Amino acid sequence: MSSPVQTIKNLELDEDATSQYLTFLLAGEEYGLDILKVQEIRGWEQPTMLPNALNYVLGVINLRGTVVPIIDLRQRFALEKSQFGQTTVVVIVKVSSADKERTVGIVVDAVSEVYNVNDEQIRPTPDLGGAISMEFVKGLATLGEKMIILLDIDKLINTGVLKEIATH
Amino acid sequence: MAIDIDLTQFHEIFYEESLEGLGAMESGLLNLDIGTPDVEVINTVFRAAHSIKGGAGTFGLMDIAQFTHIVETTLDEVRGRKRGVTQELVDLLLESVDALRYMIDCSKAGKAVDQDQIAELADSLGQVERKAPAENIKTPAAVSSGWRVIFKPAPHLLQTGNEPYRLFRELKTLGELMVTADATALPDFDQLDPELCYLSWELLIRGDTSREQISEIFAWVEGDCALEITLQGDRRQFVERRQAEREALPEQAEAREAASIRVNIDKVDGLINLVGELVITQSILNRVTGEITGNKVEDLLAVVEILVRNTRDLQDQAMRIRMLPIDFTFNRLPRLVRDLSRSLGKQVDLVITGNSTEVDKTVLEKISDPLIHLIRNAVDHGIEKPDDRLAAGKPEKGLIEISASQEGGNIIIKIEDDGAGLNQDKILATARERGLVGQEELTPAQINNLIFQPGFSTATEISSVSGRGVGMDVVKRNINDLGGNVELSSVAGKGTRFSIKLPLTLAILDGQLVRVGKETLVIPILNIVESIQPNKIQILEITGETRVYRYRDQYLPVIRLYETFGIPTDIMELQKGLLVVVDTGEQRAALFVDEILGQQQVVIKSLESNYRPVPGLSGATILGDGTVAMIIDITSLTQLYRNTNRKEVA
Amino acid sequence: MSEQKKTRILLVDDSVSMREMVGFTLKGAGYAVSQAEDGVEALKFAQGNTVDLVITDINMPNMDGITLIKELRALPAYKFIPILTLTTENSAEKKQMGKIAGATGWIVKPFDPDHLLSTVKRVI
Repeated sequence: MSSPVQTIKNLELDEDATSQYLTFLLAGEEYGLDILKVQEIRGWEQPTMLPNALNYVLGVINLRGTVVPIIDLRQRFALEKSQFGQTTVVVIVKVSSADKERTVGIVVDAVSEVYNVNDEQIRPTPDLGGAISMEFVKGLATLGEKMIILLDIDKLINTGVLKEIATH
Repeated sequence: MAIDIDLTQFHEIFYEESLEGLGAMESGLLNLDIGTPDVEVINTVFRAAHSIKGGAGTFGLMDIAQFTHIVETTLDEVRGRKRGVTQELVDLLLESVDALRYMIDCSKAGKAVDQDQIAELADSLGQVERKAPAENIKTPAAVSSGWRVIFKPAPHLLQTGNEPYRLFRELKTLGELMVTADATALPDFDQLDPELCYLSWELLIRGDTSREQISEIFAWVEGDCALEITLQGDRRQFVERRQAEREALPEQAEAREAASIRVNIDKVDGLINLVGELVITQSILNRVTGEITGNKVEDLLAVVEILVRNTRDLQDQAMRIRMLPIDFTFNRLPRLVRDLSRSLGKQVDLVITGNSTEVDKTVLEKISDPLIHLIRNAVDHGIEKPDDRLAAGKPEKGLIEISASQEGGNIIIKIEDDGAGLNQDKILATARERGLVGQEELTPAQINNLIFQPGFSTATEISSVSGRGVGMDVVKRNINDLGGNVELSSVAGKGTRFSIKLPLTLAILDGQLVRVGKETLVIPILNIVESIQPNKIQILEITGETRVYRYRDQYLPVIRLYETFGIPTDIMELQKGLLVVVDTGEQRAALFVDEILGQQQVVIKSLESNYRPVPGLSGATILGDGTVAMIIDITSLTQLYRNTNRKEVA
Repeated sequence: MSEQKKTRILLVDDSVSMREMVGFTLKGAGYAVSQAEDGVEALKFAQGNTVDLVITDINMPNMDGITLIKELRALPAYKFIPILTLTTENSAEKKQMGKIAGATGWIVKPFDPDHLLSTVKRVI
């Protein structure tokens, strides 16, 4: 356990259909996660390996007494592997899975900002040909000059990761 | 009443309490002797129905309230001797209990109730022929000479505004009262605190009164005193020991209720998690202080030692919070046996002992199905029909005994019947037919164990009564999954006994830590036979890489953990590492590891909750240094090993 | 000739209809009844007056029944006075809470006047 742990508190939502997204960088692109699904941000710690796991399941860590799997998004989407170390960031997310909630950690390059995104600012996305497949993308948000790819984290973890592991 | 609270938050409690009440009604009805019904039992059943009706009314659950009202009226008529107790009536009342359970479940799930069914049942209740009443309803006081009450108030009783004198005044209305005070706890005058109560009393009440009436008077002070109510005088000759036990139980249950509160299971698990964390922190502290040198070290070490002890105690207590009496599972069985024996035309007595033995909540939940299945089997296949039993020189009524007891770190549950026992020839023939065994000779024990083989029983054999096509193999697997095992012994013509051994708690394990490469793994000590240094002579090479090790008279498959789990390591030659001989209860194997580390108790953490079940592992745990270590599941590991090997050979 | 002193009861409930019903029943049986609509009023009354019995609801604004009981028990004159809570049938939790705060016992609602009077008789 190296870097200090930041916990993001639940922030008040505006009356008019605004959500907040935490953005992170992955292989040069900026992605957004619904802040309500983000439990905390941690620094890197070496996970304990899981036997015969897929390459992008790095292992599990101890999160205050619970065992949480750590997923490497780069390897999941066949991007170049990166070195893990002091500057690596792991975002702990809570996703809804069938009838329960699961806590999972995803490794990203860096965490950017929290943005307020109004529903009107979200556009449906054409296939950008980006790293992360379109089925996991909710839409595109334009904030000034920036374009943020908003992820459907529930789907990404459930269908894109856990289901894959189960059928492996 | 113009109270505007949202009552739905109390629904949960109402449901729980009602289901408990229904359980009490059911036991009461099952225990009711049709020939000479006990008015006390009828009262208990009535009171339970009354409470449920009131609660349902308060919470606006009118369907339930209305139906319960009909049941309550019926019971009131029985109480008031306007209606006699018949088998038919008891059956209907039991059906009503089921109906209420169903209505409560529907209410919980927000589903609609099948009104026709309920209406039919209500009609039947109204129509059951009112036989000539109840001259046969006996009241306890008819024979007994009264009750003896020992009342020991806690010193602070007066500060609750309660007054022993007023309680005795109430008791006097029930009958002749004789009071003896015990002043032995009274201190000297100059040490006397006038606000405390130092006296205790023995009261004798003579009269036509019930235990209930007496305990009702003490209802408000239940938690603030020690109360003992016993029946005095001659007991009827034919009151058996079991009857006495049953009478004692309601009191125990009352006492238990007074001393307990409801807690949401999440809170308990949260607490246990925190305690687990505390244990780890304390362990780190222990290690760190071991590395300090200096003046104050001794003081610090002494304090840390106390902390270690306190933490262990706290952990023990925390684990015990999750334990519940096995009665919660056993209490469904009398009803099951009754219904089953009736529909199969058999007569069976069920005797339960040790139902206050405590087990972990999860064990309790998971042992229920196997137990029910074994009991079903005992009634269906074990106990013979009354005629057959008489012909065999046995009493007409069959006997099934189920007992629970604690032995060491395990719970032992025994289910024994005095039925026909297992027919060895038939079993052998069936097994051969199904291709489960060849023509070889088998010992009686081996033949008995054939019934646990998957594929032994088929759908055609399993009657609709015996279950949904669930075989003994599933029973065995369920028990193995809990970390336990089941043994069976049987004598043809005499009976059968199943003996189930289960760990007391699922969540903690005695583990042996081992190292493979850089990884630390945990092997359950329960499964370990011995750890040995491999000797070249004993290693036998069969098909290429697969090796087998000669251990005593057996040849054990060698499972190379680094290979099975894909862990990089330098130690790959058997002589350079160690072998841990393990036993699953069915087979043995030798696990190849780099090094053997210490032993410790580990708290089992689920891999499934956030990830998924992993073949070969039963879970994970958090070590003293805060890192995660995998816990090996030997049975699943051997399966994994076999599958991997088959792939290679193919 | 002096009249025999009537037994005094303090009734605390935020529901007017409840107070009317209970007050009426108790007065009819010959008790002197004082009323308060929440814990604050009740406590103020208790600080200047004594009674023989307190009957209180639990859910009230400003100060609830449980707090009231704790406050009353801290007053020397109310240390041993019988205090009964009004609880809905089957809420064992509420009964426990009341007891822990120092209540003598409870009356279960909905109740009929007879039950009320016989319960009151038990503690007077």
